[in-house]
Amino acid sequence: MNYGITVAAILTLAIYSFLYKDNPFYKAAEHILLGVSVGYFVAVTVSTTLIPKLFIPIFSEGKLSYIIPGILGMVMFLRFSKKLSPYSRIPLSIIIGVGAGVSIPAMMQAQIIAQMKATMLPINSLSNIIIIVAVLSVLIYFYFSQPHKGAIGVGAKIGIYFLMIFFGSTFGYTVMARISLLIGRLQFLLGDWLGFID
Amino acid sequence: MIALCFAIFLLILPTAAIGGVRAFDTPDDGGNSITVVWDTEPLRASQAEYVRIEIQRRVVSGSGWDDLGKIPIDDSVYVDDNVENGVGYTYRLIFTDVSGGAIIVDSEPAKSSPQLFNSRRTNVLIGVLICIVVLGYYFYRGRKGGFFYVRPIAGLQAIDEAVGRATELGKPILYSAGRGSMQRVATIASMNVLSSVATKAAEYNTPLLFPNNDPVVAAVAQEVAYEAYVKAGHPDRYVAENIFYLTDSQFGYAAAVDGIMVRQRPATNLFMGSFEAESLILAETGNSIGAIQIAGTDSTIQLSFFIVACDYVLIGEEYFAASGYLAKDPLVLSSLKGQDMLKLILGILLILGAILVTAGGGELLSVLEIG
Repeated sequence: MNYGITVAAILTLAIYSFLYKDNPFYKAAEHILLGVSVGYFVAVTVSTTLIPKLFIPIFSEGKLSYIIPGILGMVMFLRFSKKLSPYSRIPLSIIIGVGAGVSIPAMMQAQIIAQMKATMLPINSLSNIIIIVAVLSVLIYFYFSQPHKGAIGVGAKIGIYFLMIFFGSTFGYTVMARISLLIGRLQFLLGDWLGFID
Repeated sequence: MIALCFAIFLLILPTAAIGGVRAFDTPDDGGNSITVVWDTEPLRASQAEYVRIEIQRRVVSGSGWDDLGKIPIDDSVYVDDNVENGVGYTYRLIFTDVSGGAIIVDSEPAKSSPQLFNSRRTNVLIGVLICIVVLGYYFYRGRKGGFFYVRPIAGLQAIDEAVGRATELGKPILYSAGRGSMQRVATIASMNVLSSVATKAAEYNTPLLFPNNDPVVAAVAQEVAYEAYVKAGHPDRYVAENIFYLTDSQFGYAAAVDGIMVRQRPATNLFMGSFEAESLILAETGNSIGAIQIAGTDSTIQLSFFIVACDYVLIGEEYFAASGYLAKDPLVLSSLKGQDMLKLILGILLILGAILVTAGGGELLSVLEIG
């Protein structure tokens, strides 16, 4: 008997028991999942970030500039001191500033320029016309500084129809993917655990 | 005699022509890369049938050649991404023919260095500069006291009602920023919304629960919420323990938030941020406990799940407009007006681009290609 599979199967059933209502089995599985995942991520962070990206560069390769992010990381711990906690905002501000700085050109590249190019299609087929009309009408829907009345209102209405078509199709598509996840779990329970199916 | 001379000429010709091996610092990159190029035309024109190219590398000051591998015979480019910046390297290409004969050609030494500016992304720079100019103009007008109209957005108008409902029922508000890290724009926008929600929660003295998936987001959220409580004049009502880190695990987070929902029964659930597969799990559980739910995200796939399970949904740009709308700050509202102007410019460019492509001028769109 494979005890690992049995434990995984029992925990799977305990999580599924939430479909009935909150109960001690679900609570136990929830707390085990939380505790194990936090412990796992601490170990992953130490082995994939702290050691290879901080300790080895500083202590083995002599890259002393790495001390600066190390100190900034430690400053985060000042949050536990009432007196010194304001200093923990320094690394936080750097994270947010760098994050925004890096993501703005990336968004300009991926979500504006690339999509603009993909939408500039020749007006020679019905599908191309639909794409162009859809993009323009959705842009009108997201125009906030004018009331949605008159021509803008009509454009916005067409835009929201296109959005709903998109949401409907993505909903169906994603539900199919989730069903395949459920099938995977059932195969695990009925096959790997109970051996009813090959 | 003539035939012999011609045969010797044929043998010499490919040897003399094959070459043109050039090594140079890979342009527009962050360094640690040298590109080697060579001309394949003489190989094809050659009488000998070449079957293999091997590439070797040597540090200029070193002695031995390191094998880098074999290259398909039709290739004419090799990018070596494993070099040290500032160190000179020479590359050797060995062209082997079907009979086993080989021609060896060495490149001139080359050094790798990082470039500060990626010239292939000049169009991105121009786009960002246009945004800065347009937004800067509207910021300027906002500072001068200009008034900017913002159309009603149902999901945002409902936030006041949702906070009020929690207060009336004496139950907490549950806020989730999803799975995004602090670097994501949706998470940064979530902190802006949190500030407005926390201000109202402070005024009404309604507990605000914020379980987090990321410790950095949790730390920023604590700071933002505390500032909001101070701004509302009730720092004493701020409970740091109500904004806490749970786990990085996606479904561990979903399981724990579900547990919080069914045990603490919040009257209002606000899902504002970047969400993945946990979105429907959270929204369905919230729906089952009868909480009023408002979601806002730029995660397009998850929007469809929020639409079926939440009372109000802020779709994409509506979510990013939330901070300005809620704060009613003229400066933030001016940025909304600036964004609208940029959308207008984009719309006009799209129409012009489509007309241009239809008229056969599609080559001009190459300016939109990104390296």
